Amino acid sequence: MESNHLQRQIAYTRKSLFDQGFLDEQFIQLEDLEDDANPNFVEEVVTLFYRDSTRLILNIEQALEKSPLDFTKLDNYMHQFKGSSSSIGARKVKIECTQFREYCKAGNAEGCTRTFQQVKKEHAALRKKLEAYFQLVRQAGPAETASHSK
Amino acid sequence: MENGFSSPRTDIFPAGLRVLVVDDDLTWLKILEKMLKKCSYEVTTCCLARDALDMLRERKDRFDIVVSDVNMPDMDGFKLLEQVGLEMDLPVIMMSVDGETSRVMKGVQHGACDYLLKPVRMKELRNIWQHVFRKKIHEVKDIEGIEDIQMMRNESDEFDDGYLLSGGDMSSVKKRKDLENREHDDQEFCDHSGVKKARVLWSVDLHQKFVNAVNQIGFDSEYQSSFLFNSLIRRFSTKNEVGPKKILDLMNVPWLTRENVASHLQKYRLYWSRLQKQNESVTSFAGTPDFSSKDPPGSFGLQSSINMHQNNAVNSNFGYSGNKILVEDVGPRIHEGDLEGIVSFLPVAEPKKALRGHVPDPQKTSSSSPMGLTHYLKSMGPDVNYASFKATVPNQHPWSGEASAMQFKQQLKQEHEPYLLLGDGYTHLPLPIPNHIQVHHLMPAPSIYPRTSITERDESGPIEVQPFCTEYRSNHITSLSPVGRTIGSFSVEADRQIIYPQALEAISTITCCDFNQNFVNNLESDQQNLIPGSESALASLQEDLQLFLLQGYGYAENIELQNIEFSDCED
Repeated sequence: MESNHLQRQIAYTRKSLFDQGFLDEQFIQLEDLEDDANPNFVEEVVTLFYRDSTRLILNIEQALEKSPLDFTKLDNYMHQFKGSSSSIGARKVKIECTQFREYCKAGNAEGCTRTFQQVKKEHAALRKKLEAYFQLVRQAGPAETASHSK
Repeated sequence: MENGFSSPRTDIFPAGLRVLVVDDDLTWLKILEKMLKKCSYEVTTCCLARDALDMLRERKDRFDIVVSDVNMPDMDGFKLLEQVGLEMDLPVIMMSVDGETSRVMKGVQHGACDYLLKPVRMKELRNIWQHVFRKKIHEVKDIEGIEDIQMMRNESDEFDDGYLLSGGDMSSVKKRKDLENREHDDQEFCDHSGVKKARVLWSVDLHQKFVNAVNQIGFDSEYQSSFLFNSLIRRFSTKNEVGPKKILDLMNVPWLTRENVASHLQKYRLYWSRLQKQNESVTSFAGTPDFSSKDPPGSFGLQSSINMHQNNAVNSNFGYSGNKILVEDVGPRIHEGDLEGIVSFLPVAEPKKALRGHVPDPQKTSSSSPMGLTHYLKSMGPDVNYASFKATVPNQHPWSGEASAMQFKQQLKQEHEPYLLLGDGYTHLPLPIPNHIQVHHLMPAPSIYPRTSITERDESGPIEVQPFCTEYRSNHITSLSPVGRTIGSFSVEADRQIIYPQALEAISTITCCDFNQNFVNNLESDQQNLIPGSESALASLQEDLQLFLLQGYGYAENIELQNIEFSDCED
């Protein structure tokens, strides 16, 4: 059945996001919050996150262009960014954020710049995956939300 | 709905709990809102700390609890925490993605009821109502005391502290409702309170009357002999002793009811009781300047208390068993209780009036208190605390200590950390140690014990520590100063014969700052009939206490104060 096939696809995509470490438990928490009042809650949150975090990334990028680097500021930005990423369970992104902060604390400019590229990479990669995932979910319709495992 | 209680619907509590969430991260704000709604709470979100404060100030009883992120661009989360704690006396929960111990500690020091790590879990949010409930329980206990006192008086002389203090169950909630209804009537007559609580706002003036009345009734002879809290309690609870009715009559304040007085009295009793318990746990004196551990503060108090005994004559003893301020175990229960008392006294809006109104004239220092207090109150404004705090320590404004007071309050707010409590511990301990007596003791003490939390505060303001110190020994002062506020409070307390537990707390803060200066000045200038220096210190302390005592913990101890002639209130 089509819907079965779709459902299986959704389930599979979702599972791989977890298996590959892109997402962590927080994502499940978000799914649990979805209900009739907010049937697309997870997608809304993710959208909000990406809008907000893009701005933060821009700030960090600008800060990284300054010379010498203001590590405190960078650390603050990244702290914010990390906090935000934790909201949707963006696991890999968070890992890179932590690494970035380590370099900030150590005053390692090169490390910061390098790690930041990783942050952006993970951030973008997750975005693509989630977009694809939500597309499937939308296709399946509201009934799909019930299939998420709690 | 209810008069004095902000929870909207006690029958379905904790559902309907009114939560204010502050977080600059919009994604988290959305998530938290949803999570809290799932807990059946009533949620208001805010992404700016400033807006949050405005909302809170606009209607004091609009929210039950505040949940705030630590990292915010417009205002430091800790600052917001302090402000809320001081001004509104609401429980505040901090959140952060950073779970570093030092940060968490800082949160607790600044008065957070809890510190949640992001990502926040549903179950953690489900439990936040406990913080609100706990606070309410403490308030209720205070009010309930009135009923109990009345019942007791009719029945026996025995006063069971345990009974009063243990009413933390739902039955107390019901009692509370009854009490509220009764208090509501009282409200009609006394319109002091800007805060929608059913209680009377005990202004300095009013409190002084209370104290005078109590003194008149006759604490004097009692004190010479025993510090025992129980005996004091008995005195208060037995019909022929210091009782609300008698006090009320003597006070001669038309709109005041016996319930109001009884409640006021009860607070002191509870306070004392707590101190008593604390005292039991405090063992060591040593004033080790190690703030982080619990011991220090206590020791300070202890010494004082010991001295106090000897110096009963000096008046200030209020049964200073409390002196043993035990910082150590101050423990949550104290905090909460005390916090209530103290915080309540800081209501911001009204107090100004009350305080200004009058501080028992006592010495110049005291007079400055009113001013200071006002000043203090004024500075309750956002970020003011620190600013004003630092700014001054002019003699005129003893309350520059406010900053410390604020901090102090925050400390009070801490509930969990035992050592943090220390700070609080001694706040509770307002028991003043007779100045005169303690001067010596002070030396070793405290001064610095303040706990880590205190040290943190240092940044904010002058730490003047105690007037006494100044007076007696410059050493003290110096030693105290680092700690700043907290210390100040200590010394103050130690020196002063405590008067109001609450006051003490407040005082401590105050004392820290300007108070010292003022105090010292006053001391030098006004020699009270009491032991030189100590007396005046006492008086000034008394004043400070008065000021802080909005909630009125005018415990009988004040009797002693009476002796102090607060004649020159220099307003």
